Amino acid sequence: MQNQPHAAPLAAGKGLTMPKMLGVAAFLAFVFAAVPMFIAATGRWDFYYTLTSVALLSIGAAGVWLTFYIGRINIGQGAYALAGGYVSAVLITQAGVSFWLTLPLAGLFCALISVLIGLPILRLRGVYFAMVTLVLTEVARLTALALPVTNGAKGITSIPLPGGVSVFGITLIPDFATLQNPRQAFYFAAIGLMILVYVILWRIVNSRLGHLCRSLQQNEELSASIGVNTAWLRIMAYAISSFFGGVAGAMFVSISQSIYPSSFVVQDSVNFMLYCFLGGLGYVFGPMLGTLLLYFGWDLLSVAGKYQLLIYSGAMITLMLVLPNGVLSLFDRKGGGK
Amino acid sequence: MSPILEIRNVTKKFGGLTANNDISFDVAPGEILSVIGPNGAGKSTLFKQIAGFEKPTTGEVRFKGERISGLAPHRVARLGVVRTFQETTIFRSMTVRENVIVSHHLRSRASLLGYFLGTATARADEAEFARSADEIIDFLGLGAIRDELASNLPQGHLRALGMAIGLATQPQVILLDEPFAGMNHDETMRMVALVRRLRDERGVTVLLVEHDMPAVMKISDRIVCINFGEKIAEGSPAEIQANPRVIEAYLGSEDAAIGM
Ligand SMILES: Nc1ncnc2c1ncn2[C@@H]1O[C@H](COP(=O)(O)OP(=O)(O)OP(=O)(O)O)[C@@H](O)[C@H]1O
Ligand SMILES: [Mg+2]
Repeated sequence: MQNQPHAAPLAAGKGLTMPKMLGVAAFLAFVFAAVPMFIAATGRWDFYYTLTSVALLSIGAAGVWLTFYIGRINIGQGAYALAGGYVSAVLITQAGVSFWLTLPLAGLFCALISVLIGLPILRLRGVYFAMVTLVLTEVARLTALALPVTNGAKGITSIPLPGGVSVFGITLIPDFATLQNPRQAFYFAAIGLMILVYVILWRIVNSRLGHLCRSLQQNEELSASIGVNTAWLRIMAYAISSFFGGVAGAMFVSISQSIYPSSFVVQDSVNFMLYCFLGGLGYVFGPMLGTLLLYFGWDLLSVAGKYQLLIYSGAMITLMLVLPNGVLSLFDRKGGGK
Repeated sequence: MSPILEIRNVTKKFGGLTANNDISFDVAPGEILSVIGPNGAGKSTLFKQIAGFEKPTTGEVRFKGERISGLAPHRVARLGVVRTFQETTIFRSMTVRENVIVSHHLRSRASLLGYFLGTATARADEAEFARSADEIIDFLGLGAIRDELASNLPQGHLRALGMAIGLATQPQVILLDEPFAGMNHDETMRMVALVRRLRDERGVTVLLVEHDMPAVMKISDRIVCINFGEKIAEGSPAEIQANPRVIEAYLGSEDAAIGM
């Protein structure tokens, strides 16, 4: 058992039960109705930006979580977010491609390079894989500095807002530049994207595909001996993970309308990983919750001034010791249950 | 009848250490063949090479005339040669039933995308896997613990579960590495009976490595004995028990129990 970074019982939900459907309904009502009403009432428009960030970060974290699910500690999601961001920025500014089309293209580009990178490094396990992924973000930054197409340290700026999408004259997505309140539009887009990503993740985990990933996480040799093409499955999971990273990065860039080599740094990669750890590796929605808690936790701690980082790190360590399977394991009564 | 498995001049070197030296023998279809030898003789190494987990330094392994040594383990398994592990190797954080269900991978007809989308073929597969898993679980007498988490099981049950995982792949040849280790006498005798039924009822060819000599003598059609990586004898249990080289290999070792 040399490769058990998290031998936790995996308690990803099985099937849609009544309480789960109610939970989903409550969640949808909250994000699409309650939040906008709250913001309109209080005038805290900056909240949209915060929540949009949380949604996008949790998309990246979802990818990291999937790599965890096959037993690999991934501290390199920042690299794919950066790559995805650049792909989108370059396509929009230099080829005039619609932002909405660059979103999947950024994901695909990241999935492709992750296959090339994953082929050699996914053989590594445990800390060895983690160390290599940690370096990836820095490599991505240096690449962005060096390539002509990314415009070096000056980055790419003044990226136009997402344009509209209409089919047969019916406007599906309005042109963001014409909107009174693009922040709200970005919020809805990011939340919609996040829901889509988590539905995909949930479906992966609860289908046989997920069971095979679990077999990989628990024992790669045995998995191979029951006939699983473990190398291929690892690549698949890593490519999907990187796809999510690229999509999240592309969306971020369209909001800030600019991208620099330092838009995503090693710290971001580490954070993606922490979101997963905190939320719980055994739960599909763990990374979403982890992102929310950490993002807000950090902000709240700003009252502590210079002790912010100290308290934050201390709290993280304590949490990992007390709840090694993440915050969501609090709700898992049976310990090893489903 | 032509052999189902041919081991041809297999040599395996780890650096300066020769774990297997020019080993050759055939396995007939439907045979139960045991590989015995003192600790460190190279038995597990031989099994690993048959199942694709190690590549022979020289020599080859053929399955139904087709070379399988050097193929990846999942490809060897796909052809029908499956290994269980000396260490109790199971999926720890799954229940017994989940372990067996997931191990039906080779029988999948749907693609991974099909499973993701939940196509009709995928759902049919899943129903079939569950049914077959229950059948295997009952066959091995694990019915009472089917929903136990594997990490909670005692050693004897883990061995049986390891075998259930192997069976789920519907192997033509199964390689059992010390299937009776950690079992008491009664459990061993029950497993011996099960391995027999595996061959008699399911037609599986069985290769096994085992230190429990009474069990080996009882169960085997033929025995191959290796010592220091070399094959020193091959024959029926009676021939092996009477073979002076085998007796010599076991004398002075802790396994002086040969001939019991
Ligand atoms: N990957 C490896 N690298 C180096 N040496 C190895 C490796 N695997 C096995 N060996 C060595 O090869 C020899 C044979 O090992 P093997 O595991 O095949 O023995 P065995 O007959 O199965 O023993 P046991 O009865 O104790 O299980 C031993 O000396 C072992 O240390
Ligand atoms: Mg051995």
